[in-house]
Amino acid sequence: MRAAIVVFPGSNRERDMALACRRAFGEEPLHVWHRETTLPDVDFLALPGGFSYGDYLRPGAIAARAPIMDAIRAHAAAGKPVLGVCNGFQILIEAGLLEGALLRNANLKFVCRETTLVCGTGNSPFTRAMQAGVTRMRTPVAHHDGGYFVTPDQQKMLEDQDRIAFRYADGDNPNGSTADIAGVLNAGRNVLGLMPHPENATDPLAGGEDGLALFTSLLEAA
Amino acid sequence: MNRLPNEPEITAEIVAAHGLTPDEYERVLEIMGRTPNLVELGVFSAMWSEHCSYKSSKKHLKTLPTEAPWVICGPGENAGVVDIGDGEAAIFKMESHNHPSFIEPYQGAATGVGGILRDVFTMGARPIANLNALRFGAPEHPKTRSLVAGVVSGIGGYGNCVGVPTVGGECEFDQAYNGNILVNAMTVGIARADRIFYSTAAGVGNPVVYVGSKTGRDGIHGASMASAEFDDESEAKRPTVQVGDPFAEKLLIEACLELMETDAIVAIQDMGAAGLTSSSFEMAGKGGLGLDLMLDRTPMREAGMTPYELMLSESQERMLMVLKPGAEATAAAIFDKWGLDFATIGELTDTGRMRLYWHGELVGDLPIQPLSEASPEYDRPYEIPAPKPEFDLANLDRGQDAGAALLRLIGGPNLSSRRWIWEQYDSLVRGDTMRGPGGDAAVVRIGDGPKGIAAVSDCAPRYCFADPVTGGRQTVAEAWRNLVASGAKPLAVTDNLNFGNPEKPEIMGQFVGCIQGMGEACRALDFPVVSGNVSLYNETNGVAILPTPTIGAVGLVADVAAAPSIAFRPGLEIVLIGETAGWLGASRYLAEVAGVAETHQPPPVDLEIERRNGALIAKLLDAGLTNVCHDVSGGGLAVALAKMALAGDVGADVAIPAGADPLAWLFGEDQARYLVATADAEAVLGEAAAAGAPAVLLGRTGGDALTVGGHLAISLGELRAAHETWMPSFMAGA
Repeated sequence: MRAAIVVFPGSNRERDMALACRRAFGEEPLHVWHRETTLPDVDFLALPGGFSYGDYLRPGAIAARAPIMDAIRAHAAAGKPVLGVCNGFQILIEAGLLEGALLRNANLKFVCRETTLVCGTGNSPFTRAMQAGVTRMRTPVAHHDGGYFVTPDQQKMLEDQDRIAFRYADGDNPNGSTADIAGVLNAGRNVLGLMPHPENATDPLAGGEDGLALFTSLLEAA
Repeated sequence: MNRLPNEPEITAEIVAAHGLTPDEYERVLEIMGRTPNLVELGVFSAMWSEHCSYKSSKKHLKTLPTEAPWVICGPGENAGVVDIGDGEAAIFKMESHNHPSFIEPYQGAATGVGGILRDVFTMGARPIANLNALRFGAPEHPKTRSLVAGVVSGIGGYGNCVGVPTVGGECEFDQAYNGNILVNAMTVGIARADRIFYSTAAGVGNPVVYVGSKTGRDGIHGASMASAEFDDESEAKRPTVQVGDPFAEKLLIEACLELMETDAIVAIQDMGAAGLTSSSFEMAGKGGLGLDLMLDRTPMREAGMTPYELMLSESQERMLMVLKPGAEATAAAIFDKWGLDFATIGELTDTGRMRLYWHGELVGDLPIQPLSEASPEYDRPYEIPAPKPEFDLANLDRGQDAGAALLRLIGGPNLSSRRWIWEQYDSLVRGDTMRGPGGDAAVVRIGDGPKGIAAVSDCAPRYCFADPVTGGRQTVAEAWRNLVASGAKPLAVTDNLNFGNPEKPEIMGQFVGCIQGMGEACRALDFPVVSGNVSLYNETNGVAILPTPTIGAVGLVADVAAAPSIAFRPGLEIVLIGETAGWLGASRYLAEVAGVAETHQPPPVDLEIERRNGALIAKLLDAGLTNVCHDVSGGGLAVALAKMALAGDVGADVAIPAGADPLAWLFGEDQARYLVATADAEAVLGEAAAAGAPAVLLGRTGGDALTVGGHLAISLGELRAAHETWMPSFMAGA
């Protein structure tokens, strides 16, 4: 699995993402700087967490206009998998690759803690090894602006199209997101935005390995 | 030296406003051989502030041990450096941001984190862990809640953004901090032992380069503000507080570390307290050189700034470097990549003088050595306060219910869960946090492992107040114990000494007494002090804080996979190592449950016994006889048992040894004690006997309650509710 991680000024979980890729794929991912305009020939693209551009304006808003974004759009349009985690999710939304908005957490505070996620659909390259409503993953969150918001119409559309990839388990919603939504897919099902950090759940010594399944699922998809 | 246009004449009032005493000003005149102009006076004021010059503390700091075979660099550089084997070094320091955090809690705390990070990556280290030690006033004081909220969100706002996990710390409430909170921040970084960067300038003619953010008018005279007492008007000092930009810091970390991979840097120093003044004087002073600074080339945030403002601004996220000749283009390209300012603002000379130029005109000319190396040093009169009387157990109220007392302690301001705080910090970024907040020491893996760094911060100000020497000893011993209980070999200490006004003999006595005790403990435990910071004048309207010598300490964990945890697992036997006399003097129990207002003698600290018991714990961990371990500290055995049970969500059933005084046994704070849970109690007791250490089998883990036969039985649910409720409901104003 050839993977690349896009690094923006202020990204800070590119190392965590690289460790997860290494553990899941057995090879080092490439790193792509935001000023590039082309991507290397890779199968999988990850946008890591952090505070790109210091979250100035709105989280993800400036990064969504970085020189590399057209190449990311083309990669997504070609049907290849793109994963945006935390700030990466915020960037994908700001870039129009995913619907909805990410609001400041309901209690207005940054939150870092473990949550339990429930898989919402097995129909995606990231979740094909999982079972909707059954597979649970212990995965941490670490964000200030993770309250996923969609209008009731958008929510119905996401549900009708089976695009809710993960929800927080009952009573475990850390940020007030609509319908406990933790991660959503695009219409093409190859772009996943996720607020929790599966890359921080790929190590038996630190946080467990529940998140590994999301990455290894890509191997089977390839 | 000519006065600049509009510059005032130097009068006694202006000298006093710069915090210089008449004697010190006489010395200024002697050194200068003439009346200084305003820029020059400002430079003296900053360099000779207590904050920068350590003039009251230097004499006593020199008595602390600073050497060991594994120490690569002790005090005097930006941070301390210790060898951790395999060609790697740990670089760490703790520093206070007390005064600014009281005036403007969010920015004060945030820039405290930023400053300590810079001290560490300046030396070439990738920061891998942040900790913080916080002390606030009484919960019922009207300012406390807003200060807690501001400080915690400031630490999170900065630390979370820069991508360094905040893995541990402490938080205490006491009315002694009503008018002066303490915010002590610590950073630990890892560097290659052969790629450590120092601040000694070298090479006449080498370019002096400014990198990072632009200079603005924030934080002017911050160092002087932090060297004075507060009064009712202190909030008017808000403009002296700096404003942080963690995004710029993140870029600065990456840019500096990238440049450090090349061969461009001769010397580097961050611009912290007293900004461009202290960084330039320290670098040139250490190198015995002179420096010409073209101040008009400084990147500026706004028009109309003056040389005086540029020299004294404490704008954040800035560095000063001496580069090798011809290395400017390489360095400029890296800083351009990261979108940061880069300007060559000066050149090293052989004059031994700092010459400040403004558009070609000489506007300041000062000798460097007398300012940087020969600042005033005071031998202030001191009286070490006599130890308080011992608490007489005969005066203990026996009617107290032990269960209710435990719930009150672990559900009270000082021993309740800090989850409300640490869930606002990203403790996981970088993916190497093996033991995060809530245990003994934090443990962070280094690279691919198996090694890790254990780090902790500790202080028991109530002990230091009751008996400074014992308190100083205890604070070091407790940090050491926490490292041992986390499976680490303790390596070294950074000290952050927070005290009141040193011009008062009793305060100076607290300082001298604490240092004496700390020094004794550091020597006995092979635990040298490699870096530190002194914060004096923590007083408001003449009322001082408790003496608070916060100890940050670092140890090496050989294999993080084997690092113990405090969490009970079911079916193990619980053994207490160390002797329990039931010492209640200066305990949490007396103050918070029994309501005894008078201060009493704290528990004695026998350093030989500390060493012996610690060595036993290390042996038990090495031999695999236990991997559940916790040191016993504030609140005594009952609190330690409760924390271990809550961490593992596993209960315990223990018995009080025959003949023990129940309340004293449960809540006494005798030192040098550890609790371990083991599958082989017989072997543990055998090892203890061989080491000559007292050890006693207390009972077993299991079930869903903490039971102390005949004295208390509390379900884990009730314990957890008490432990987790206090802080969130306090912060919600409930």
